[in-house]
Amino acid sequence: MIGLLARRIGSSLLTLVLVSMVIFAAASLLPGDAAQEALGQSATPAQVTALRHEMGLDAPAPVRYARWLAAMLRGDPGQSSVANMPVRDIIAQRLPNSLMLAGMTAVVAVPLALVLGIVAAIHEGTAIDRALNIATISMVAMPEFLVATLGVLVFSVDLMWLPAIALVSDASGPWETLRSCLLPVMCLTVVVVAQMARMTRAAIADQLGRPYVEMARLKGMGLRRIVLVHVMPNAIGPVVNAAALSLSYLMGGAIVVETIFSFPGLASLMVNAVTSRDMPLLQACAMIFCAAYLLLILIADIAAMLADPRLRAQ
Amino acid sequence: MSGLSWTGRIGLGLVLFWLSVAAVGPMLAPHSVGDFVDMEVFDTISARFPLGSDYLGRDMLSRLLFGARYTVFLGLGAAVLACLMGTALALVSVLRGGWVDEVLARGMDTLTSIPSKVLALVLVAAFDSTLGLLLVICALTYAPGNYRIARALAMNLMQLDFVTAARVRGEGAVYIALREVLPNMVGPLLADLGLRCVFVVLLLSGLSFLGLGVQPPYADLGSLVRENISGLTDGAPAILAPALAIASLTVGANLLIDAIRTGGPR
Repeated sequence: MIGLLARRIGSSLLTLVLVSMVIFAAASLLPGDAAQEALGQSATPAQVTALRHEMGLDAPAPVRYARWLAAMLRGDPGQSSVANMPVRDIIAQRLPNSLMLAGMTAVVAVPLALVLGIVAAIHEGTAIDRALNIATISMVAMPEFLVATLGVLVFSVDLMWLPAIALVSDASGPWETLRSCLLPVMCLTVVVVAQMARMTRAAIADQLGRPYVEMARLKGMGLRRIVLVHVMPNAIGPVVNAAALSLSYLMGGAIVVETIFSFPGLASLMVNAVTSRDMPLLQACAMIFCAAYLLLILIADIAAMLADPRLRAQ
Repeated sequence: MSGLSWTGRIGLGLVLFWLSVAAVGPMLAPHSVGDFVDMEVFDTISARFPLGSDYLGRDMLSRLLFGARYTVFLGLGAAVLACLMGTALALVSVLRGGWVDEVLARGMDTLTSIPSKVLALVLVAAFDSTLGLLLVICALTYAPGNYRIARALAMNLMQLDFVTAARVRGEGAVYIALREVLPNMVGPLLADLGLRCVFVVLLLSGLSFLGLGVQPPYADLGSLVRENISGLTDGAPAILAPALAIASLTVGANLLIDAIRTGGPR
């Protein structure tokens, strides 16, 4: 068990290192560099070369990669080339907001998806199942900006219940923050719930066809008890996996929703970094999103291992 | 066709509709894309402007008919390219096996663990967003997913007797890949192509919506949503029409794929 866990974690770490190489390589494809940027158009080639040497930019790529990775591990992703601030400080302002938005969405979306998935699985083949199937399949393919603009039209323009812009700052109280986050949370919920519900339905429906469920039914056990006590523990692996995949979307995938509502999160920060070609900031954001994804998948795998002794015995 | 459920038929109808719009739309447009024809901006629906006018007073229907072309063709093109790359690498991987397979699988795994939007953003920052590069970026973003599926399919097929027979016959690797394995993967691969097409259209319009996708003077449906975002508070048709257009295309395609998958041979 311990060995298996260690191997699984090691594999995640290796993937993270490989991901960092991809991100570093992509960033070094950009023409021009920080030295050029800092000195501007009027600098002579000699000045640029000198500064480049001073900043260590003339070192070969593997050396620069090693330095960058070491700095990232120390928690210092460098200086933002546009804002002239340490990247760490910029991210420290935004990360809590992103985590808050993702957390609030998870609290709403995960139970909702579980209920929808279980309801569809129990009524497999009936009108309810088909209706949920069509609904979730359509929601999966819905562009986020349509969901968000419709949300704004209905709740901010027509009903005037909720603000169309999510102003989140230290000055706003908890009630204010909650109110301004409601629309973004609703949109993200619509976006992530469908996929999670579909995967939950598939996992539960697969279990419901097994002999042990038939046995429980023949014993005269109620459906609620069968699903919650017998089926759920067996379906926990795929279900947690579905939840992890969907939740990982809440970090990097919230880009469009954050932008529409001007929510000060990490994803919209990354968009700004792309627009202004702020590479250190972009790299740091991308690494955080990838690390979050890998961490969630790792947690899902470990949860599946804990729930299913067969996976441990491999 | 007759085997399709009613949702599948709706999906098929929507997909065919958007394909024909992309093909002949610009010819049907009542106005030129760039013409300022309305004195009002964000005009509502009227007989003269069936979808209202945009933030500069241009005819929205004409903008949409031109924009659909970029969304549909870039989406299709990138999805086809992604599947070609993914499947070709998967075949190499399975036929070669050994360290080639290991390196490719690990590399593709790495790319799939970068969330697709993040990967696309990094690539847009590193390259640029001209139409050709956008096509390549979207294809690169979704090729690893196709690789995974194609590799699993090919792995299963390689175990089957007819492949062993071909090997024993002394056929070369290329022959086995293209004549024995590939034809038996076409069905599931086409379904995957359709799904990837939906993903690419959503990614591309998302990028355009953020201002990082299709750049002016070209405008795809996502760009149309972006440029008219200030009409949101008026509930202008100029912002809803392109957003609904994308949704009808992607939802339609998804319904069609689902109907084919569940309705076809199990």
